[in-house]
Parts: sequence; C-alpha cells; structure tokens
Amino acid sequence: MAHLVNYIYIVSAALFILSLKWMNTPVTARRGVFAGETGMILAIGGTLLARDVHNWTWILAAFFIGTAVGIPIAYIMPMTAVPQRTALSHACGALAAALVGTAEFYRSNFLHQPLGNFEMVALVLETLLGFLTFTGSLMAMGKLQEVLPQRPITYKNQNFINLSLFVIAAGLGVRLVLVPSDMWIFPVFAGLALLFGVLLIIPIGGADMPTVIALLNSYAGLSACAMGFALDNKLLVIAGALDGSSGLILSIIMCKAMNRSFTNVLFGAFGQVQASKTATQQRSYRSASAEEAASILESAGTVVIVPGYGLAVAQAQHKIRELFDNLTRRGIDVKFAIHPVAGRMPGHMNVLLAEADIPYDRLKEMDDINSEFPQCDVALIIGANDVTNPAARTDKTSPIYGMPILDVDKARTVLVIKRSMSPGFAGIDNDLYYMDKTLMLFGDAKAFVSEILKELPTRAAA
Amino acid sequence: MSSNLELYLYVFMLATFVGLEVIRKVSPLLHTPLMSLTNAISAISVVGAILITGAEGATLLSKILGFIAITSAVTNIVSGFLITDRMLKMFKRREEKK
Repeated sequence: MAHLVNYIYIVSAALFILSLKWMNTPVTARRGVFAGETGMILAIGGTLLARDVHNWTWILAAFFIGTAVGIPIAYIMPMTAVPQRTALSHACGALAAALVGTAEFYRSNFLHQPLGNFEMVALVLETLLGFLTFTGSLMAMGKLQEVLPQRPITYKNQNFINLSLFVIAAGLGVRLVLVPSDMWIFPVFAGLALLFGVLLIIPIGGADMPTVIALLNSYAGLSACAMGFALDNKLLVIAGALDGSSGLILSIIMCKAMNRSFTNVLFGAFGQVQASKTATQQRSYRSASAEEAASILESAGTVVIVPGYGLAVAQAQHKIRELFDNLTRRGIDVKFAIHPVAGRMPGHMNVLLAEADIPYDRLKEMDDINSEFPQCDVALIIGANDVTNPAARTDKTSPIYGMPILDVDKARTVLVIKRSMSPGFAGIDNDLYYMDKTLMLFGDAKAFVSEILKELPTRAAA
Repeated sequence: MSSNLELYLYVFMLATFVGLEVIRKVSPLLHTPLMSLTNAISAISVVGAILITGAEGATLLSKILGFIAITSAVTNIVSGFLITDRMLKMFKRREEKK
C-alpha cells in the first residue's frame, strides 16, 4: 500500500499537466479544471490513506476550515476583485510552504536527526521564498484593495537597503545550511525574509501590478517546488515547477508589453520618477456631450472599444455590454481591443467583459487588432490611458517610448471617456487627447455610458 | 543522496520545460483563470503539510504550523478550482448565447 501512493502521484502529475494543456482554448478549459481537481483529490486521498498519518483531528479540522473559507471566497468575490483574491491566494500558498519548511526544520532539530546539506538547501530556499512571497503578496493585495497607497512608497537608498537586507538573509541561510543545529538563527532568517517581502513590493506602483502578481505567482510555485526537494516528494516538485514556469511566462509577457525589464519593474519605482516630468503647459482639446457621442457612434460602421483599469474601477462592464448589444443590433461591427497589461493582472479585462456576457470572439489581442485601426470609424476608450499614448511610438524622450501600444490614434474618430484631463497613473501626458480627431467625454465611465445609451434608443425611433 | 539530487534536478528540469511549452500555448484570453488554476495546483503543498502534521509523535509546534499550512493550502485548493470554473463558465462564444 505504501508504494501505491507513489503511483497515484504519477497519475496526479499527468492530470496536472493535462489540466494546463486544456487551458489553451476556452472550449476545453473547463475540462482542464476537472482534470486538475481529479489530480488533487487523488493526491490528497492517496496521501491520507496510504501514508502513516496520525493526528486526524488536527488535519480534518484544518480541511474543514479551509473549505469553509474557500467556498465563499470563490462565489462571493466580485470579478473586479479577482486581482486581490489572486494576490491573497499567492500569500496563502507561500505561507503554507514556508510553515511546512519551518516545522520540518524544528522537527529535525528536536529529534536530533540533522537534515543533509541537500535537504537544508531546499528547506532554506523554500522558507526564504515562502516568507518573502507571503508578505510581498499581502502588500500587493493591500495596494490592489487600495488599503495601501497605489503610488510607489520610496525613501532614500531604498535599493541599497533592500539589497543589503537580502544579502544578510541569504548569508544567514547559508549559515543554516552549514550548521543546521543553530536554531536561534532561524527566526532571524525568517523575520528578514518577511521584512524583505514588504520592502520589495511597497516601492512598486499600481500600474505595475500585473507583472508583480505574475512574479509572485512564480515565487510561490518555486517555493512549493523546493518543498518537494526537501520532503522527497516528486509530485510537489512537478506541480511547483509548473506553477513557477507559468508565473515566469506571464511576467515575461507583461514586461514585454510594457517594454521594461524585470529589474526595472522591481527597482524602478516608475510612477514616482515620472511624476516630476509632467508637462504643465496648457494645450487645447475638444470635449463632447453624450448626445454628440451617441450620434457619432450610431453613424459608425466599425467601432473598437478599448477598456482599461478605469472600467474595473467604475464597474462599467454591464453598461458596456448594453452599449455593445445596442450598436450590434444596428448592424455596427463592435470589437474590443485588449492590451496585455490593461487592468491589474494578466487577462483581467477579458474576465470582466466575459462576466458581462460579451462573446469572447469579440475580444481581440493587441497584435490582431492593431492593423484594423486605420479602417475603424470610432475608437472608444474607456478607462485606459498609457496603453493608447502615441508618444510610445514617436517621442524618444517619453518614459514609455518603445512600449507596444494600441494604435487608436489611427482610427478616424477617437472618443475618450475620462474623469478629467489629469494625467494617468504614471503621470505622463497623453498626446492622443490633443489630436483634432479626439473628443473627450468627461465623466465616470459607467455614468457616461448610461448617458450615451439614453440618447441612442430615442434617436432610433425618430 | 547525490544520485537522488540528480534525479530530482532532472524531474525539475523536465517539468519546467513541459510547463513553459504548455503555458506558452494558453490563450491570453484565459490568463486570469490560468493563474488561479496554477495557484490551486501548486497548493498540492497540502500533501507536505499533511505529512508534517500527521507524523507520528509530531510536536505541538509541528501540529500548529502544519494546521495553519493545511488550512491555507485547502483554502487555495477550494477557492482556486471553484473560482477558475466560475470564470470559465462566463466565457461564451456568440453562437452559444441564449
């Protein structure tokens, strides 16, 4: 029986790989979730039954609480809060790995069975990554929930202090590997890792959250992977490696979509540096009312809607669906252009629009839609800013120069729904707003779309 | 032990490459559900937590730490799989509407 569980783990590992493979298209994705669930149940069931498990009260109580907390999180959490939930789950996953490592360290010391060098290296990596990802993810969650300021929090010699802290923590880790019986070092090591996680994330601005979340995802996976090395469990290694590589790919995609490097995201404190560069001179722009916007939209043949984080903030996705339906019924071709970093996590906009029942074949990726903007009559921008700034293509002095953008400025008419003329999060003025073909629609995204909708049906009747 | 390390590094290397290849093909449309799914999968660390908590003669410290670890991991498993499915249910093609 004891051997059987190892074969069950192999089946679980295969199911996890299939699960991710089936995520490649929405058609098979739900099968992927089912495969993942089956793999998980097999692995947990196998472990509980075949291994020599004691202390059932503790284990069952933990399962009960975890389930009782997990179900409401999954069903009550609104889709706009998905980035926060994701950050929270990175924190939970990392905490679990770190605590298991901690327990293993003390257990081996109390039993006077010192761990080998190999296990100690794995254990140190597991706890280091685990603890720093735990606090780092909590900070990210605080920023996403707007409990903490979204602006980067910076102070003098920040990078130097962070780096020194990390070097000290790593040094203590090495010392633990060499002399595992030095139990007093462990709490100091863990404390430094926790502190480093906080300091690593607080200087990062809200707009960089997609990259940060993906990176924390990767760390949480690697931490689980290191646990597999420490506990002699190949299934943990495989599942952790899958999670780690997924986070890595997503963070690379996010970095490319912002034309920035990892180091720049982690140590750049983007928004802060740029805020001082904001141009102050007055430039002229044109604004329009909901009525004018409605008449422009109804006479268009093709409309491309560009959603951004502002859409999530205003919870405007359902109103936009109404607009989508209204225009589609008039025979207008409506598409959505999704920039990879729109929103606060990878794929954020797609989930919000899918929630509002917008068919996913209408959601276009940047590379697919950009060639269509010159033929597009109206580009309607809702809550997006930097990802539409033509300065990224033309102005070499702009901090976002080189970032791939949506070429909305090539559309015949550009409508921008925005609260005011104040520059976006990164503090960069958007040249798009001052173009002759651009009309600014001032107001809350949800309220303004409702206004436009009120204008549309009456006109159809007239 | 050194041969064991070698074996584990092979497993890690191969799993990473499989992961990179498989994830690269995931449509950007599904990046958010992908992240919650991989998160649920990596909560397989619950297995490690069970073994720590359930070890014969586990100290009180082990039990407490293991208890918190299992609770966190199970929260991730339950909420991760369920919310992924909830999100995926929302992705509909035009033909499937109504």
